[in-house]
Formats: sequence, structure tokens, C-alpha cells
Amino acid sequence: MRRRLAILTALVMVAAGCGSSDATTTTIAETDAPATTSAPEATTADGEPLVIYSGRNENFVQPVIDSFTESTGIEVDVRYGGTGDLATTLATEGDSTPADVFWAQDPAFIGGIAKQGMLATLPDDVLGLVPERFTDADGQWVGITGRARVMVYSTDLVSEEELPADIWELTEPQWAGRLGVAPTNGSFVAFVTGMVLAEGEERTREWLEGIAANDPVIFDGNGPIVDAVVAGDLDAGLVNHYYLLQRIAELGDVSAVNHFFDDGDPGGLVMAAGAGVLTSSDRQDDATELIRHLLSEESQAHFLSLFEYPLIDGAGTPEGQLPLDELPTLDISLTDTADTLDPALTLIAESGLS
Amino acid sequence: MTALAPPAVDTAKEPSAQRRRRAPGALWAIALVLIVPAVTPIAYLVWAVLRPGGFDAGGIAAGRLAELLASTALLVVTVTVTTAVLGTATAWLTTRTDLRGRRWWSTLVTVPLVIPSYVGALAMLGSSGNSGFMSEIIGLVGLPSLPVFSGFWAAWGALSLWNFSYVHLLAVPALRRMDPALEDAARGLGSSRWRTLRTVVVPQLRPALLGGSLLVGLYVLSDFGAVSLLRYETFTRAIYTQFRGRLDVTPALFLSGVLVLVALVVVWAEQRSRGRAALHTSRPARRPEPVSLNGARRGAAYGFLSAVVLGSLVLPMVTLAWWALRGLSLGNSVNSVVPEMLRSGGVALLAAVVTVIAAIPLAILTVRHPSRSTRALESVAWSTYSLPHLAVGLGFLVLVVRFVPAIYQTVTLLVIAYVAMFLPQALSAAQTGLHQIGPNLESASRSLGSGALTTLRRITIPLLGKSLLAGGALVFLTVMKELPATLLLRPTGFETLAVRIWSAASELFYTQASVAALVLVAISAVPLYLLVARDLHQR
Repeated sequence: MRRRLAILTALVMVAAGCGSSDATTTTIAETDAPATTSAPEATTADGEPLVIYSGRNENFVQPVIDSFTESTGIEVDVRYGGTGDLATTLATEGDSTPADVFWAQDPAFIGGIAKQGMLATLPDDVLGLVPERFTDADGQWVGITGRARVMVYSTDLVSEEELPADIWELTEPQWAGRLGVAPTNGSFVAFVTGMVLAEGEERTREWLEGIAANDPVIFDGNGPIVDAVVAGDLDAGLVNHYYLLQRIAELGDVSAVNHFFDDGDPGGLVMAAGAGVLTSSDRQDDATELIRHLLSEESQAHFLSLFEYPLIDGAGTPEGQLPLDELPTLDISLTDTADTLDPALTLIAESGLS
Repeated sequence: MTALAPPAVDTAKEPSAQRRRRAPGALWAIALVLIVPAVTPIAYLVWAVLRPGGFDAGGIAAGRLAELLASTALLVVTVTVTTAVLGTATAWLTTRTDLRGRRWWSTLVTVPLVIPSYVGALAMLGSSGNSGFMSEIIGLVGLPSLPVFSGFWAAWGALSLWNFSYVHLLAVPALRRMDPALEDAARGLGSSRWRTLRTVVVPQLRPALLGGSLLVGLYVLSDFGAVSLLRYETFTRAIYTQFRGRLDVTPALFLSGVLVLVALVVVWAEQRSRGRAALHTSRPARRPEPVSLNGARRGAAYGFLSAVVLGSLVLPMVTLAWWALRGLSLGNSVNSVVPEMLRSGGVALLAAVVTVIAAIPLAILTVRHPSRSTRALESVAWSTYSLPHLAVGLGFLVLVVRFVPAIYQTVTLLVIAYVAMFLPQALSAAQTGLHQIGPNLESASRSLGSGALTTLRRITIPLLGKSLLAGGALVFLTVMKELPATLLLRPTGFETLAVRIWSAASELFYTQASVAALVLVAISAVPLYLLVARDLHQR
């Protein structure tokens, strides 16, 4: 028995040994050039690759980055992470940031970075590609796609008569223990920034405390909420519209539906996932070119295929969803959400939700 | 197995016949340079809390701090106690009884060390809930689905299952060294078996248990991946929440500083208690008679060992494999993890080599020229090792951005951080080796006219070979598993297996996460085998 284990292990070692020796050469090649921050294959002949900090995930981003590199010859390195993580990283790095472009999930964090003076003003022809309400008022970031806040619910566990007209109903006893929220997730935070703008801090506090007191199920992100609802583990949850559409594409028919709140309810905020160019970047033109590429018909079609709302004219609507201009509207400016980020975070923390 | 434990008794045992020489200045200079990266982030974090106005700038309410301390302490204490019981039980059953296949069982219960706790947590998530693996299994016999594992009990289970092996590893040699004469005497004087266990065996195990508990306790204090995935609020999770929510690193730094202070207090308390608990036994004159387990007890023993192996090893591996295969058969797109594998393996190998090289001068200094200052140096190295990597990583990030931007987000920085954090693993291995060689061969070489460097190259390092390999293997294993510092400090585009598992798991891409996790576990098995399986039960 012991011998057999030894042989088995030796095999594993040989297999892994080959891998490791290859790896050493790569690593050493990289450390030979300590000034570069990139994998060697991504470096162009004329210098370092363009660096994007992306709060959007790899499946969403990489195909359009590849097509950008293909058409312009500009190499791009993407640092993937949470929007909040990357925003704090940027704020910590300040002017010494290696990033050229920041692409965020939601308006509040990128707005916060803009407020710190870290984003350059984009040219009018770029800003003009999307409706004004999805761009920064000072032109420092431009919306790439739209993400609508909805309530996803299980059709097995929630009847249609129960569906709330507004988010206030969710603080009532019939929803106790049935609602999933992701209070530390950027999208939830962004929604609260919108609510603070629309209804003020006191009303927002009241709502958050009402939810916290109603025995909510706490998650880290939207995806797990939608999965729990789809699996029938959870009745409903406050999420972004596209997670459910992704699950439907993967799994076929599911017994879950997106519910939109009434017009004017902060629960229905449509957030722009925006991008901007760092002032400290010495590649302003390339970086702007990249953003233009994100707003090309080709890229926008890719985003639509992943169920987000494209923002350029005539690019279509995610299947089964209301068109962008028929979505419930909230009378706030997304630019101002950066100002309510701090109060929103404080309110969430103090409500006992996170 | 000294390599896995903090330096317990070995370091002060230099033969006294050898006249103590003063350490050459060059050695001290090298040692001080090497220790700088280990000290600076810690000093910085502590300063962030203790500086005037630190508390106000942190912006964390005192009540909130107390809450976090309480929830973290609860997890630390429960997991430490659980692992002490589990690890002692498995060690006792596999060394002191007549169970069949004891050596096999002993190896099997150490294998969970290759499973990082965040991978374990991923497996727990993948096995529970309506679409989980175990839910599907019990669904076959008509039972309802398991609820999604999360919160305190899940975190407690995960951290206990994937840490008790440390206690096992330390308890096995302690049990072997124990002199059976003491137990015989107790039994002869009329003590019951239970009373003998309690009054004779357990006290002798105390140093090993304390060492193991410290290791586990500090790990729980620093765990980030498992508590995050399983959603139990501890200090590390709060640090991360602040980091990703505030657009300002100050509150996260403040919390990290508080956590570092807590960890330092734990280390300090342990060192004080170890002074009193130290127990010196010589090699026992004979091996103890194995305890014969019969009937129901024998069955229970096998059942217990099987349950432990099932929970800590078989179930997680099968769950991951099930997710990977199911996802692949459903046609889920899975990116190749070969580049991640090469990056993880490459950077771990590089870090292991550099750490071992760095450990040699420090080991020579602390073993051949022991003094109060070298002991202080050693404690400093150990305290960085004991601290939460998330905190150390944040400290590195802020300092490097500000003062050494040239190495920010480079492999160089990553390796420096790994060396700073994991130096003690290679150091204690090299120290053990140096003790075993003794200074006489080196003196002989010197007296025959060789210089210090020639002696080092031709005598010391070749003789240290095995110890250095063990230390390097341990560093390799630890670097492969490391998550939070890698996440913060990695070069852009440098996704390692750990990073890939984390991001896929946070986005619920279970197929992708499972594939990467299986590869990580397979690679980690190699150094673990080098370290543990071969010599744990050899004499």
C-alpha cells in the first residue's frame, strides 16, 4: 500500500514539476524587468500596455478589450476587482496610479473618484453618444451600459397580488424573513445613494431600519441572491435586472421573475456603469479611444447579449425587459450620487444591515 | 515537524562547551536588512491606530469595535477548542491504540492541510442549498434540501475542519515522546484510565496543544476567505467591507491596526504561558503498550476517524469534482487555468527559494550567536508571520504606493511580501537543521584555514540541505494558498489560482472555481507530501 502511494505521489510530482519549471522561467522573465507591472505577453514593442481598472467582470469585458487590441494594436491589461475595491485602490494610489481607465459598475464610486479630481474631462463627441442622464454633469465619466434595480422573486413562493408597488411595502410584516439584500454590495449602495437624493436621509434611514428589522437574508452580492431565488431557497431579493436573464440563458425556464417598482420609486433606479480616463495617465488619447470603443455598436451589442441596457442610440433592449425610456424614472442626477455616497454608507452601517 | 510550529524549545540549546562568539557585523547588517520588510507594515499599522487622533480618523464607533471583537473572539475560541479536541483525538487514536492502518489514518487526517479554508468554504457552499451536492444526495431518499451553509456555524465548521490537522501534527510527536512509565505508575497507584488521561497524559501534551492552539487561533483571527464566503462577520471581513465601501483606505487601515494589536497580544500571552508550560522529557526508554480497543469502542474509533476524513477531505473534494464535471457537461464555459497554475507555481517557487536563502543568515545568527538581541530579532520575524495577511497586505500597499512606487504591483513586491510573511517557516526549519549539525564541523573547517564563506558554502549549506528543502516546501505550500495579500498586491493581469478561485466563487461561477480549486489542491499536495507523509511516522 505504502509503495503504491509513493508511486502515485511521484507521478503527481513529475507532472507538477514540469509545470513549475516552466513557471519559473516566466516569473524570472518578469522580475527581470521590475519596472513593468504586466505579464510579458501583454507588453507592446513601444512600451507598456494600457491599464484598465475594471469593476466589471472578465466575461463582460475581455471580448471587447480583445477586439480593441485587434483593431488598434494597443495592448491592454485589465485589473479585475470589485468597483469599491478598485475605487479605494485608486484613491490610495492618487497620482501614482498605474491605471489609465477606470470602468465602474455604478455611478457613485466613479463619481467619488471624479470628485477627487482624478478623472479628466471627456471630449463632447464621446459624451454625446449616450443620453445625458447617463453621463457625468461635468463630463468626467460616461455611461457605458445601464443596469436597472429590480426585485427578483420566485413565482413558486410569491403570488402576484403580493408584489409590492414600492420598496416601503417590503418593511411590512408580510415580508419578514423573505427578502434578500446585499447591503455591502456596490449596487445596493448605489441604490441607497439614489434614495438619499430622492427622499432624503431621514426617510432613507427609516426604510433601512425597517428592512433591517424585518429579518432580511443578508448576501454579499446580487448573483447569490438571484441563485437563491431561482433555487427556491429565497422568496425575493433586491438586485440588478440582468442576473436573472443570465440564469435564464444558462438554465432555460426558471420560476423567477423581475419585478419593477412603480414610477418614481427609488427601488427602480437605473444606474449607469460608467468609465472615465485618469488625469494622471500619460496615454489620454489611447484611453479615450478605448472608451469610444466601448460605445461602438459592436461593443454595445456584446453588452446587450449579456443582458445589460446598451446606452447608444438604437442598440436595442434586453430580451423580455422594458425599453430604456419606458423604465420607471427617478428624478435625480446620477452625478449627485457621489455626494450621497458617504451618507449612504453611514446610513447602511448604522441601520444594522451590514 | 518543527517546521510547522513556532520555535518552541529548540532554539536555546546550543552546546555550552562551545565558547560563544560575537556575531560578525556583516551578519547583523544582512539580518537587519532582511527584517525591514517584515517590520515596516506592522509598525505602520500600529502607528495608524495609536498615533494622536488615530481613533477619530478611523471613524469606527467603539460599540462597533466591541461587536467585532466579540464575534471574532467567539470564532477564535470555539474553533481553537474544537481543533484541540479533534486533533488530540486523531493523534491519540493513530499513535497509542491498536487500530488497523494507523499510519494511513494519520496521513489521511493531515491531507486536509492542502485545502485552503476558502476552498473548503466553497465546497460547503457547493454542497448545501437546493442545488448543492449533498442536498441532491439526500434528496434521492426524499429528504428536504440542506439550508445554505452560512454564518457562525458554517464558519466554525469550515475553520475547524481545515485547521485541526495542525494540532494533530504537533500532538503526534508529543505522544510518541511520552514516557509510558508515568502512565503505568498512575494506573499502578489505582487511577482509572480516564483519570490517568486527564492528570498524566494531557499535562504532558500541554506544550504541543498550546503551540497548536496558537497556530490555529492566529489563523482564525486572520482568515479572510472562509468567513467572507460563508458570511460570518469578523475583523477581517469588516476590514474588507470598509476597504471596498469607503473610497478611503483610512478606516480599513485603522481596523487592520486594531487587529494587529489583538494578534500581538495573543502572541505575547502565549509566549508568557509557554515559559511556564515548557516540559523537558528525554526519549522514553520504551514504547508504550498500545491501548487495545474492543467492540463498540473500536467501532466508534473507526467511525470517528472515518467521519473526520469524510468531512475534511472526501466530501469537499467530491463536491468540487461534482461541480466541475457537472458544469463541464452542461457546457459552462471554463477558462483554462493553465496560466494561473504557472503563475501560482512560479511565484510560489520563487518565493520559496528567496525565503530559504534569506533564512540562512538569520538562522546562523540566531543559532550560532544567540543573544538577547537575536531573540528579539526572531520574535519580530515571528510576529509578522502571525499577523493577518489582509492587514499586512494593506500596510504594504499603502507604504509602497507612497514610498517605493517603482515596485508597486510587481512580482518583486509580491515576493518581498511573501518573504516578509513566511520567513519564519524557512527560518525554523534552518534552525532545526543547524542544531542537528552542531558547530564542530564548522569550527574544524575554519581551523583548517577555510574562510567563513567557504565554510558556509562547503559545509553548512550542504549539510542543511534536507532542512532547507522542508522549509522551502512549507513556504511553497503557504504561498500557493495565500489569498488576501495576493489579491491586493498582485501585478495587473497576474491572476493566480487563489485569485481565480476567489473571484469565480464571489461571482458564483462554481464550475470555474471548482476547476481552479482542484488544481490548487493537487499542486499543494506535492510539498505536503514532502513535508508530512514521509516523516511523520518514521523514527
